[in-house]
Amino acid sequence: MSKSARKEGFARALFTLAAAISILAVALICVFLFANGLPAMFQIGIPEFLLGTTWKPGSDMYGIFPMIVGSIYVTAGAILVGVPAGILTAIYLSRFAGSRVASVLRPGIELLAGIPSVVYGFFGLMVLVPFIRVTMPGRGLSLLAASLLLGIMILPTIITVAKNALDAVPRSYYEGALALGATHERAVFRILVPAAFSGIMAAVVLGVGRAIGETMAVVMVAGNQPVIPNSIFDGVRTMTANIVLEMGYAADLHRGALIATGVVLFVFIMLISLLFSAIKKRGEER
Amino acid sequence: MDAVTAPEKRIMEPEKEQSMQSARAEAAGAEAKMGVEGLDLYYGEFHALKDVTLDFPKNEVTALIGPSGCGKSTLLKTLNRMNDLVDGCRVDGCVSLDGDDIYGGLPVNDLRRRVGMVFQQPNPFPMSIYDNIAFGPRTHGIKGKEELDVIVEQSLRDAAIWDEVKDRLKKCALGLSGGQQQRLCIARALAVQPEVLLLDESTSALDPISTAKIEGLVTELASKYTVIMVTHNMLQAIRVSTKTAFFLLGEMVEAGDTDALFTHPKDSRTADYVSGRFG
Amino acid sequence: MTSKILRALVYVGAILTALVLAGIVGYILINGIPHLKPSLFEWTYTSENVSLMPALVDTILMALLALALSVPTGVGAAIYLVEYARSSSRFVRAVRMTAETLQGIPSIIYGLFGLLFFTTMLGWGLSLMSGACTLAIMVLPVVMRTTEEALLAVPESYKQGGFALGAGHVRTIFRCVLPSALPGIVGGVLLALGRCVGEVAALLFTAGTVAQIPDFGGQGIFAIFDSCRTLAVHMYVLASEGLHMDETYATAVVLLILIVILNMGANFAAKRLKRGM
Repeated sequence: MSKSARKEGFARALFTLAAAISILAVALICVFLFANGLPAMFQIGIPEFLLGTTWKPGSDMYGIFPMIVGSIYVTAGAILVGVPAGILTAIYLSRFAGSRVASVLRPGIELLAGIPSVVYGFFGLMVLVPFIRVTMPGRGLSLLAASLLLGIMILPTIITVAKNALDAVPRSYYEGALALGATHERAVFRILVPAAFSGIMAAVVLGVGRAIGETMAVVMVAGNQPVIPNSIFDGVRTMTANIVLEMGYAADLHRGALIATGVVLFVFIMLISLLFSAIKKRGEER
Repeated sequence: MDAVTAPEKRIMEPEKEQSMQSARAEAAGAEAKMGVEGLDLYYGEFHALKDVTLDFPKNEVTALIGPSGCGKSTLLKTLNRMNDLVDGCRVDGCVSLDGDDIYGGLPVNDLRRRVGMVFQQPNPFPMSIYDNIAFGPRTHGIKGKEELDVIVEQSLRDAAIWDEVKDRLKKCALGLSGGQQQRLCIARALAVQPEVLLLDESTSALDPISTAKIEGLVTELASKYTVIMVTHNMLQAIRVSTKTAFFLLGEMVEAGDTDALFTHPKDSRTADYVSGRFG
Repeated sequence: MTSKILRALVYVGAILTALVLAGIVGYILINGIPHLKPSLFEWTYTSENVSLMPALVDTILMALLALALSVPTGVGAAIYLVEYARSSSRFVRAVRMTAETLQGIPSIIYGLFGLLFFTTMLGWGLSLMSGACTLAIMVLPVVMRTTEEALLAVPESYKQGGFALGAGHVRTIFRCVLPSALPGIVGGVLLALGRCVGEVAALLFTAGTVAQIPDFGGQGIFAIFDSCRTLAVHMYVLASEGLHMDETYATAVVLLILIVILNMGANFAAKRLKRGM
């Protein structure tokens, strides 16, 4: 083998190895999470763990049902807040904004995407929570505060993905609608938005993934009581919050139960990403 | 985006205008459905149409021919103001529909309902065949299911595609062949009951058989509609149109009866073009 | 009529987004800038000065270490996907699928994994090294994806030019392809840097919360096994202690400034990429 052929082969091997790292990483994450989480789940009992409504590590009671419900509630709230505003903003940026406004708003949205979640959490703690405490029932630390804050946090994800989908709609659809005498608004809402529907759905699903996985901002504003909330003004604890709040001092079965909470969260995320791929695939087929 | 580009320069002595109109009416020998007069169009600095004056006789097919980039499509898009979508496009002069200035008081969406357009590439919306056709009527306020059913069927029949699609009206329009898609687009344009139909090289993306079908269809449509078509296929102009206008570099060189223009062109440039020197 | 309502809706949505953005940034700046005192930038942290300087240095160390691990890996993987992987083989599909999966995993899961693997299993404890490795995996897909996009944007003719001169594949990649993709790669690296700077959940249980700069003077390279807190973790700790709100605001301002600088850099790089083509 010549020297240069050996060099080429070596480089190829190195690049292949680099590519294999992501497979290795996912495999390791799965193995470690499941190996540490599943035994605890079995020891607690899967129905008791998933459907139990009492989380009292002191008395060895580990039911994470309130946290599962909490995560779902908070995510649903975030979607209610973030999706309409996000999609409308995407429509605005894609089809209404003049280039000058867009050139200001776009970096602004990038900034919104870049702001660390702890800064969001702090803003929520100092502004949203007191506002809710003063104007509404409850202590302010609540499902409502978490939903509002997460709704804001998923805005940039939704705006960016939905805008890309809208921008990708062929110009001929728009022109065709106008040539039939449709107004700009009707062409946008009746032709472009339906044509970009799968892309917009993908944006929503990504937003769901971001919301359900968010940790620090939620911990700072949600109140974190491990109880199913009765109203939007009650406190709520999500799966992510459960982990981050207690992992620092947990031991033995308690620690295992927290890792098992991570396993459940991981499964949720996998389901969401499967849904995302399915939507993307359907969009490409059309 | 819908900003009205008011014609800035429409100073024409009434006397002269009248005499020109009567002269043209005489020449065409038919009532003009649409007309442009002293039309200048700019894309930014580029002078795309230069002082064009032309009438489009009612219930006839007028063909606009010329080499690519000569301004024929630009003129077509001026007639339903699709040029408004182009940044930096400016229109001077008068474009009229039934004598009314379309850049004047006529709302642009009404104009586009009355002056339908079929594009070069078939552009069905990504929805069912039925919804494609019904989009226009719904846009203009027709909501009744029965009424829509009638319009959809009639439009598809008029566009000679009813028999091919009647069993799959609820299927997505993107599943049709290219020729069918284009006839669907014609049906879609007819569904809003336009008075004028603009065809922008509407057969250039199609195979010969589909082209023949659409040409036959256009000839039939001329009994009900005023048709204005842009084509770079001279044979098509001869087959389909009764009046032809030849454009070169933004200028209208010659217009008149199709047979006369092709057999006895008055201008040497027209003669060069129709005998194939410009390709 | 409906048109007007729809138009109004769109504008309301956009204005709402703009207001939220302006509100958050404005609130943090107004409350934070007055508290950016010199004492916040002293070299050692005490509970009196609440200095953010050690956290700032730790952030830089942490980010640099994480990038040193993830950038070569991510760029190498992207090169493999663009330049070598011809077929949609099983391996390539697995790489793409896992990279997408990594992108979707929440940072708390990375934190858990780092705790189980680097901190506990490998015995690195709560340390700079554990944190950086965790972050490296977290930002790997970001680097991979942006590099891949940048490589795909390089005109085929550049590569053919390299081959035509008799250069080997590797030489062509490093001399012809990578240089013209560089702005795109830099943009991706800055994005990754932004995630490192803002991360908390993945670091709490891997790097810990010790407000000190690792003692490289005393321990040499082994100081990477010291615990440290980055700026974002620092801010979280301050906020949860609730004793130093003014300093928390000031820390938030510093974080925001870092993010703005990184975003501007990424945009600048993207512009360079476009112009270079």
